[in-house]
Amino acid sequence: MSASLDSLYQQVILDHAKRRHGDGELPGAQAEHFERNPTCGDEITVRLSVDEASGRIDGFAWQGAGCSISMASASVLSELAPGRTLPELRLLVDEYRSMMRSRGAGEPDDEVLGDAVAFHGVSKFVMRVKCGMLAWVAAEACAAELAVADDGGAEEARGPIDPGSAPV
Amino acid sequence: MTQTPTDPRRPSSVDPSHTGGPESREPLSADEIDRIRGDFAILGQAVNDAPLAYLDSGATAQRPASVLDAERAYLETINSAVHRGAHTLAGLATEAFEDARATVADFVGADVDEIVWTANATDALNLVAYGFANATRGRGGAPARRFALRPGDEIVLTEAEHHANLVPWQELAATTGAVLRFVPVDDDGVWATDDALAVIGERTRIVAFAHVSNVTGQIAEVGRLVGAAHAVGALVVLDACQSAPHRPLDLRGLGVDFAAFSGHKMLGPTGIGVLYGRAELLDALPPFKTGGSMITTVTLEGAEYLPSPQRFEAGTQPVSQAVALAEAVRYLEAVGLDRIRIHEEELAERLVAGLEGIPGVRVVGPPSGVARSGLASFVVDGVHAHDVGQYLDAEGIAVRVGHHCAQPLHRRLGVTATTRASTYLFTTDAEVDRLLDGVARVRAYFGADGASR
Repeated sequence: MSASLDSLYQQVILDHAKRRHGDGELPGAQAEHFERNPTCGDEITVRLSVDEASGRIDGFAWQGAGCSISMASASVLSELAPGRTLPELRLLVDEYRSMMRSRGAGEPDDEVLGDAVAFHGVSKFVMRVKCGMLAWVAAEACAAELAVADDGGAEEARGPIDPGSAPV
Repeated sequence: MTQTPTDPRRPSSVDPSHTGGPESREPLSADEIDRIRGDFAILGQAVNDAPLAYLDSGATAQRPASVLDAERAYLETINSAVHRGAHTLAGLATEAFEDARATVADFVGADVDEIVWTANATDALNLVAYGFANATRGRGGAPARRFALRPGDEIVLTEAEHHANLVPWQELAATTGAVLRFVPVDDDGVWATDDALAVIGERTRIVAFAHVSNVTGQIAEVGRLVGAAHAVGALVVLDACQSAPHRPLDLRGLGVDFAAFSGHKMLGPTGIGVLYGRAELLDALPPFKTGGSMITTVTLEGAEYLPSPQRFEAGTQPVSQAVALAEAVRYLEAVGLDRIRIHEEELAERLVAGLEGIPGVRVVGPPSGVARSGLASFVVDGVHAHDVGQYLDAEGIAVRVGHHCAQPLHRRLGVTATTRASTYLFTTDAEVDRLLDGVARVRAYFGADGASR
């Protein structure tokens, strides 16, 4: 098989696509967001919760259906997100997005991105960048939702939401 | 005009020595296909260091040199605004534009004034649906009343339709109170004519379906549906996008009332589609788009419209595209549509039988041994269609992945996406075999066969 294909489908990605981390419900989720790629039908719902005291993400889960790139990128994010604050999650997403838009240029910073550097190869396949972004965009929307709730001081917006309410 | 190398009104046609002749029923020989492939420069290239195997003609077909040349020759010699202007080139351009209409009309067994140029097949289907909507709103006067719908009137479709033959009817139903009724598909995505006949009833006003499914390759029994629809006074709208390019099409003989197809799927350009309508219907249908070129008299208060087809051709038309589409028709006719049909049905059988023999692969649509058009959609167990397509692309094999603009059908099949290989007159057995070979390896690559990579 071509080297180019192997650069897209790194072993890390294939492993995550098969043994998915964070795939499931999240009881007590404080935010959730649904994303769909209408061109291929991939869809994902990301849910997260934040520890009140520390302000750090203490719950991250997703449910979805799609290609190996979209599923693996959700799996990797579910390993990277817990323990970060919402601003830290946003910085992570920004860094990841820059890498995904690089069209293969540069060297991604594995200190920042961890296992997500495996998706650097995806950036060369412009048709697949959206697959790799799906869960990350959903997580970013969750973070924005919680930040708005924080700004407004609306305590009820932080309450648990029904984990079964979003389309999957 | 004498200095020009090519007269766009009579572009060089396919060399008859290329083929066994359009009247022949012989399958295309390997030599003939070789020569045909020589007319398509794009097919000769390498993609990802492998010879391109273009198995996506169902989405868009490629164009032979004669079609490209015809469009360029038109633009280099007589390009002008049609149906206006008094100068020589305008006259020649108008003549070329209308000659193209006559060529396409002959191709599908229609009269010249029964052919309306549209932007694409979607545009053509919208033209019909919005014509019904406008008639329902009282536009078009007494002649248009036959198109007016009342609440409870029924529009019959199948569950397998392309979104272009579904969403416009949803809009029509929403604005008129008409009701959509669906012919069900089975677990393979195939619908039965008898079920369609059972759904067609006294309240049916429109029956719309694809002649050939773009997902399953199923070939509709058009005649029986037309008989049932006309028996209850309903009109038949045929989506001919996947039939016009691939098999002989006699719309008058089939008896359908309207039909739509697109240029780019039949060796022609993008940006042009065709609506066929029986002359008496087109003359009574209110226009969908209004503006210049479609009127007789305009005052500040109102306007009167030209007869069809011009009444449906508001604004600047795709003239060079029409000229090129006519050349595509001549190319297809020189090879012979029946020979193309036979060639593709043989490829389809090779494709479907081959896919059925690969463990973990499920083919959508009729099983091998049952006639279908030259395409097959399939599901690879444990591997998403996007990944299948990517794997094949790395070997130079171009296929379509996704829902193929038929989400309801895919939902019914229990999948979000399939991989589709579609053939045309230039497709070889060897290309189909390369696809089969690639698909046979894809599960191992993604570790979906129990083994690891």
